[in-house]
Amino acid sequence: MAKDSISARGDLRLTRITKSYGDFTAVDDLTLTIPKGSFFALLGPSGCGKTTTLRMVAGLEEPTGGSIHLGDTDITTTRPYQRPINTVFQNYALFPHLTIFENIAFGLRRRGIKDVKEQVEKVLNLVELPHLAERKPMQLSGGQQQRIALARAIVNRPALLLLDEPLGALDLKLRRQMQIELKWIQREVGLTFVHVTHDQEEAMTMADTIAVMNEGKIEQMGSPADLYDDPETAFVANFLGQSNLIKGKIDANDGDNLVVDLYGQKISMSKKRSHAVDNSLYAGIRPEKFRISRLGTPVRGNTLSGGRIEDVSYIGVSTQYVVAMPWGQELMVFEQNDDGVAPFNKGDEVNISWEPNFTFGLRGDEDVDAGTEVNPEELEE
Amino acid sequence: MSFPKVRVPYLLLLPGFAFLFTFFILPIINLAQTSTQTRVAGGDTGEYEQTLAFGNYIQAFVDNKEQFGRSFLYATLATVFALAIAYPLAYAIAFKSGKFKNILLVLVVAPFFTSFLLRTIAWKQILGEEGFVVPGLRSLHIIGEQTTLTSTSIAVVAGMTYNFLPFMTLPLYASLERIDPRTIEAAGDLYANGITAFRRVTVPLSLPGVVAGTLLTFIPAAGDYVNAAILGSPNTKMIGNVIESRYFKIVDYPTAAALSFTLMAAILVLVTLYIRKAGTEELV
Repeated sequence: MAKDSISARGDLRLTRITKSYGDFTAVDDLTLTIPKGSFFALLGPSGCGKTTTLRMVAGLEEPTGGSIHLGDTDITTTRPYQRPINTVFQNYALFPHLTIFENIAFGLRRRGIKDVKEQVEKVLNLVELPHLAERKPMQLSGGQQQRIALARAIVNRPALLLLDEPLGALDLKLRRQMQIELKWIQREVGLTFVHVTHDQEEAMTMADTIAVMNEGKIEQMGSPADLYDDPETAFVANFLGQSNLIKGKIDANDGDNLVVDLYGQKISMSKKRSHAVDNSLYAGIRPEKFRISRLGTPVRGNTLSGGRIEDVSYIGVSTQYVVAMPWGQELMVFEQNDDGVAPFNKGDEVNISWEPNFTFGLRGDEDVDAGTEVNPEELEE
Repeated sequence: MSFPKVRVPYLLLLPGFAFLFTFFILPIINLAQTSTQTRVAGGDTGEYEQTLAFGNYIQAFVDNKEQFGRSFLYATLATVFALAIAYPLAYAIAFKSGKFKNILLVLVVAPFFTSFLLRTIAWKQILGEEGFVVPGLRSLHIIGEQTTLTSTSIAVVAGMTYNFLPFMTLPLYASLERIDPRTIEAAGDLYANGITAFRRVTVPLSLPGVVAGTLLTFIPAAGDYVNAAILGSPNTKMIGNVIESRYFKIVDYPTAAALSFTLMAAILVLVTLYIRKAGTEELV
């Protein structure tokens, strides 16, 4: 029985998984397939159920309902030590009493593997820390501990590697470097990585597929580009990057395109990108897709007139403008600093334009603030 | 400005040093002097003169070999039993007690609210004929109808185990409680079943508590005389009882002092060997 599950390989399938603690439902009827060999990210704010989902896959929590399969093997109630799954814990959880070598050898020794020394040395080389084998974890820096935690897990060549906010405790610069390294290591060892994070940039940098979670459910799943360009809900639109959501009405249906009325001004957008269920809709445009122009300058694409610059923030690569529209909404616009100067000043009267294809449409009954109150820098679940 | 700052640490040390000098170092010197004194020929009881009679040590040790051996045997047994009882207790409080944690910790130290002496006398009752232990064990045929527990080695060791239990439990609890539960989860994640995870992770990480607890139990237990005096018989005399009677009953100060020094030295040697072996400086 134990032998069977430990040799299980294949896609990870979660079927109608639910986890409740008393009245609180942490994970709500979640169904998900993670293909073998992929780098998969579960992205969401604190308390969205992503860590609980991960812990159920690891066997550290038992689901209240539903099943977990790895390939054809049902592992729903299998003990953690009987699963071919290893975890890189949030604060690494290295064994403080053991040397780095023995930390990494721990899993191999438990399974009675023969060439422990050789394998540990190999993985230490992979994470580029062979000289630290005889140190204790406390003598290592945060970034080094992080790599050892990774090495300790991948040395077992698990069917599935779980990463629980693995970079959360590192400073920004090191985090960016480790993101690239993790991605490289994943390709190198060819294992399935399931990565839990609240940092959308981290998820987008590393993962092939991202599942955005909110309140125990998956809001949307897809490639980073799909999620960013065509979010289906206001939560996804706001949680992944920033969005301008403008309330409108669908006026006409012109083949592949929709004509949308935004406070009296007509714009067009691709029908494929509309998730509206009736006439009412929110038109979504990312801030960097907008162009600002002075009155009277000819522009292409959709145009909204009557804007006034409210605020200008110069941040190096781009300038961020806040533009007040006639209906009282303030829009966020990011302009590349191609020419090195901020050409608009506070109080300027301007038009705003963008390519129609960059528009996405959300249901008119969405909560436009969903996913915006999240502080992406918080570290603990 | 910096001149007085340099002096501050020394000033802070001063009261403690003065106290230790007066009440520890001076008495120790006095004890050392006393241990090499001899009786004044034809003098009164308790009248001794300074002679550097190091033979006192040999005489004192030879005369009380049995009590020395018994002291260390009883102290070792009490330490082992206390560890066996305290480890599961501390483990349960640290990991499984939930909201009852503080209540349980208060219960562990609750015995300190009554006098040590009183609690030891209470054990005399518990182990006596009218207590529930002896009739209970008799009815289960674990002990014979004639067997009693008072005035036996069992009673002395049991009393010592009980009296020193909190000193074992608290350091154990402190070091178990400090263990990050995620390291135990990590052991499970890395193919260790519950028993292996306990043996390979929990136990090694709790070693500082084991060392502290065993020292806090063994050292006072080895020098204890209250348990043997109240719960024991002349056959269970420990070295503490000998020192006590030499001082207060026989008024043989040199022998009592020599025995005290020998006991101190023996404990010091044993503890040093133990700490070396346990290698606590290696632990975090």
